[in-house]
Amino acid sequence: MKTVTMNEKYAYKRTQHAWRAIHNQKYLYFMSIPFVIWVFVFQYLPLWGWTMAFQKYRPGVSFFKQKWVGLEHFRTLFQDAHFYLVLRNTLAMSLMGLVAGFIVPVLFALLLNEVRVQIMKRFVQTVSYLPHFVSWVVAAGIITKMLSTDGGVVNDLLLGLHIIDRPIQFMAQGNWFWGIVTSADVWKETGWSAIIYLAAIAGIGPELYEAARVDGASRLRQMWHVTLPGIRPTIIILLIMSIGHLLGTGFEKQFLLGNHMVIDYSEVLDLYALNYGLGMGRYSFGTAINIFNSVISLILLFAANGIFKRFTNESIM
Amino acid sequence: MAKPVQDHVLEVIVYLSMFAVTVLTLYPFLNVLAISFNDSVDTVRGGITIWPRQFTLKNYDLIFTFKGMITGFKISVLRTVIGTLAGLISGSMLAFTLSRHDFSARAFISAFLAMTMYVSGGLIPGFILMKDLHLIGTFAVYILPGLVSAFNVFVIRSFIDGLPYALQESAKLDGANDFTIFWRIILPLCKPALATVALFLAVGQWNSWFDTYLFNGSNESLTTLQYELMKILQSTTTSATNSQDSANMAQRMAQVSPESVKMAITIIVTVPILIVYPFLQKYFVKGMTLGAVKS
Repeated sequence: MKTVTMNEKYAYKRTQHAWRAIHNQKYLYFMSIPFVIWVFVFQYLPLWGWTMAFQKYRPGVSFFKQKWVGLEHFRTLFQDAHFYLVLRNTLAMSLMGLVAGFIVPVLFALLLNEVRVQIMKRFVQTVSYLPHFVSWVVAAGIITKMLSTDGGVVNDLLLGLHIIDRPIQFMAQGNWFWGIVTSADVWKETGWSAIIYLAAIAGIGPELYEAARVDGASRLRQMWHVTLPGIRPTIIILLIMSIGHLLGTGFEKQFLLGNHMVIDYSEVLDLYALNYGLGMGRYSFGTAINIFNSVISLILLFAANGIFKRFTNESIM
Repeated sequence: MAKPVQDHVLEVIVYLSMFAVTVLTLYPFLNVLAISFNDSVDTVRGGITIWPRQFTLKNYDLIFTFKGMITGFKISVLRTVIGTLAGLISGSMLAFTLSRHDFSARAFISAFLAMTMYVSGGLIPGFILMKDLHLIGTFAVYILPGLVSAFNVFVIRSFIDGLPYALQESAKLDGANDFTIFWRIILPLCKPALATVALFLAVGQWNSWFDTYLFNGSNESLTTLQYELMKILQSTTTSATNSQDSANMAQRMAQVSPESVKMAITIIVTVPILIVYPFLQKYFVKGMTLGAVKS
């Protein structure tokens, strides 16, 4: 008996304590609760929309009156031959983007770090960010212009060097598309992605280089044995994070660089959802595509994290 | 001590690649700039590199007669200013509360916010939500959906974490409440972090086109510059790739604006960003690194 009252007393005290804490921090609550509600509405409510994928969704009809169809939309999706084409494109461009978008910035950071003329280093770095700040609309316009058959610098250069004898229609051939998207991405984001690596390099202790120099290591060997291991944790964390976003790489590039002649190579999952889901009003089917995309991304994230944890003792979770 | 031969080889590789990066990055922009200042009839002959052959300002004059350009410019500036300010206020307030280790809801809100970086509803549920909230066809659709960004909040929070807590404690002793501490003490000290986040927000707002396409595509009074540019640039692709379709050709050619005009619009859309980013560089480099390390 005695213990019960003690517990009750304790619980009562705790609730009182909690309320007093909230009262004391009322300003902190005022400053955060509106935004928490906002996050709930704009970020979490769409997740509720996932239920659409299991319904025969009709807009404007209340949730309780929707007709539930189970996995029908997923079955339709997996039986659609077009889906596999789109999945292939998504995976191909994501993987190419992952490999290139990961190797090139590391390489760029390593080389930029070796530039000993400070003013030149700053200049190259500033210039390298430039494309990151322009929109994909502008970038796509510029890339299309550079690759065009009339007056595009790439064709002019290749013609001038007699590598080809007639201009290549880069933007009109499907087999060029994946390469163009990947290069465009590398062109746009290399300088930006390199910032984190450069910061990591700056954090490596100078005594390590000193020791390597005393041991007679050339600068190339210093890069290999000091700089690269020094940024290894950063590289791995960024790699895992980019694997998590593998299928979520979006569709801006594909939307803006693609055209109907290369559609068999340019259509990705999100575009498929846009065209079939919104374009044709098949909301439920489109949502099923979105869900498939998210689930695969999560599986990849956990898989990548697990693999790296096992082999390198580095992980983000 | 003589340098090893390897070092010289490395040096050559380093400087050659830096030269290549500079040219690959700058040439396309200079080329577009040159074409935008070149006579549009002359441009068709090709061969413009980084200097206009027949200098003219006509292309820029012509742009402003286009329907949608003036509205687009106004809306783009408006959404950039309002979106940046709103994002800064929400981001810094949340960041301040999350930096307070004594805040009882801190752990919950942090996790609630961090989750949004990994999961999202996707295109169609997002579209339906905007529809249900009656935001389609409004200016608010440019501001509200992106108001709180977890990444920005974490960037500001890690900056506040670096400030001495004693500042807040002494203000408290002087009788200041949490809001006063935030407004009078924390915010003025946060300028570097705020500059970083302001740049991210402003660039994001200025560059976005897809929300216009999705939500306000048919609403001419809410068009944006990027969307106008997108329409004009996309019109080429279709016409160029439809060239076998000769019946439509003449009609399409009439609609397509000359190369030089297109490049002039591209420049107009790009210039505001080119002006700001070098000045804010020292801030965003720090912000990027902080954000990446902490998140």
